[in-house]
Parts: sequence; C-alpha cells; structure tokens
Amino acid sequence: MLESIRQIPIDYYVYLSTLLFVIGILGVLIRRNAIIVLMCVELMLNAVNLLLAAFSTYLGDAQGQIMVFFIMVVAAAEAAVGLGILVMIYRNTKSTDISLLDKLRN
Amino acid sequence: MTLYLFLTLAVVSVITALLMVFSKSPVRSVLYLILTFFAIAGQYILLNAQFLAVVHIIVYAGAIMVLFLFVLMMLNLNSDTEPQKSTVWKLIAGIASGLLLVTLVGALRGSIQISTPAKLDGRVGLVENLGRVLFTDFVVPFEIAGILFLAAMVGAVLVGKRDLQV
Repeated sequence: MLESIRQIPIDYYVYLSTLLFVIGILGVLIRRNAIIVLMCVELMLNAVNLLLAAFSTYLGDAQGQIMVFFIMVVAAAEAAVGLGILVMIYRNTKSTDISLLDKLRN
Repeated sequence: MTLYLFLTLAVVSVITALLMVFSKSPVRSVLYLILTFFAIAGQYILLNAQFLAVVHIIVYAGAIMVLFLFVLMMLNLNSDTEPQKSTVWKLIAGIASGLLLVTLVGALRGSIQISTPAKLDGRVGLVENLGRVLFTDFVVPFEIAGILFLAAMVGAVLVGKRDLQV
C-alpha cells in the first residue's frame, strides 16, 4: 500500500496544506465569535501537521510524525486554557464577540 | 486509485473547512470542522501514518471538538445573536488571505525537490517504531509535554473558577 503513495507528488500535499492554512487565516480575519476564531487556529495547526506527516512519510523518517504528536499535545493544552479564558470573558461581558475586547486601545 | 482517494479527501476537507468559516451557526461550524478532521485523518491513513490517524481522531474529534461543542452549548450562543463584521472588512480580509495564498503557491511552485528513498519503509508510522523513537530520542520533550499538560490543567481550573480566593 505504501508504494502507491508515489502516485501522489509531494507538491499536492504542500498545496493542500497551504490552502487549509489560508482558509484558517481567512476565518480568523472575518469571524467575530471567539470560539470560531479558536477553531480556525486549530485548522491552521492541522494544516501544518498534515505537511509534517507527508514529508515524514516521503522521506522515511519518523521524527516528523513525533513532531506532529507534540503539536497535538500543545493544541490540546491550548484549547483547554483558551476555552477557560473564553468562559471567563463570557461571564464578564455576556458575549464572545472579540471586537468588544478593545480596552487596551484607549 | 490512491490519487483519486487523495483528491476526494482533499476536496472534502477544503469544502468542509470553507463551510466551517462561512456557516452562520457556531454549532454547524463545529460539526463541519469535525468532518474536516476526519478527512485529514483519512490523509494520514493514506500516508501510512496509522498511529497519527488514530490519535488525531481521538484527540481532535473525541476531545477538543467535544470541548468546543460543550462550551458552545453551555454559553447558549444562537446564530441570530452573533454579530457580523462589516462587508468592507470582509472584502479586505478576503483579498489579504487570497494574496497570501497566491504568494505562498507562487513561492512553492516547482521549488520542492526531495529525494524519496528507493524502498519506502512501511513501518515508519506504526506504533512500534514511533514508540521506540519517542522513548529514546525524544524522552525529554515527552516529559516536558507531561509538565505542560499539568500546568495547562491547573491553569484552566484556576481560570474557570467562579470566585477565586487567593
């Protein structure tokens, strides 16, 4: 099964990851709900993970997949703390709108 | 065959990611993102990274997205209460991210030249091999990841407490 991966050029994985990453950036820019923004960050992390795993397989080196594992660890920790902060913000402002959080501007 | 599988999974992941960004209801966004994650897990299986595929489904679809869904339902956010950014801002954001896409694709086009080994090792992505690498070469980062999890857990509990007495 693994040899059939040669039918797919590595470029395809690079372009797919780039596309997913840019979609994540677009989501961060156009959405105002903080939960959706966090989800778009997760999508960007996943695009990078996919690229690391693809290069790891094409080069026959396991270290890329270990790096993906650590990125998943950090993403899980980030999601837990980020959602905790978000619940606290909601408790104070009764909203998850990120454009309300401009106290540092003035 | 493999190419068609790849293209199908790629189209599914890109379409569901776009639906996630553009859907009005936050709950639908979460469900579309779960579909995207399943498509990416399919890519991992295609790459013979079976450990990553299973861990990806367990961690993302099983833990992180359930956490998102849980917070969303606990805060009771409806679609009609969510404010939208102005059309001008959306246009600017679309142009900016489109320019980034064009720049990245233009910079990467034809520049990727790696030499794949003549005989690919099918055991690279299996649990046996990854476990050995993780507990020999990467044992210190692994322990640090454990400490990071402990710190994140304590931090999340402290941040989420209603009335904190220090």
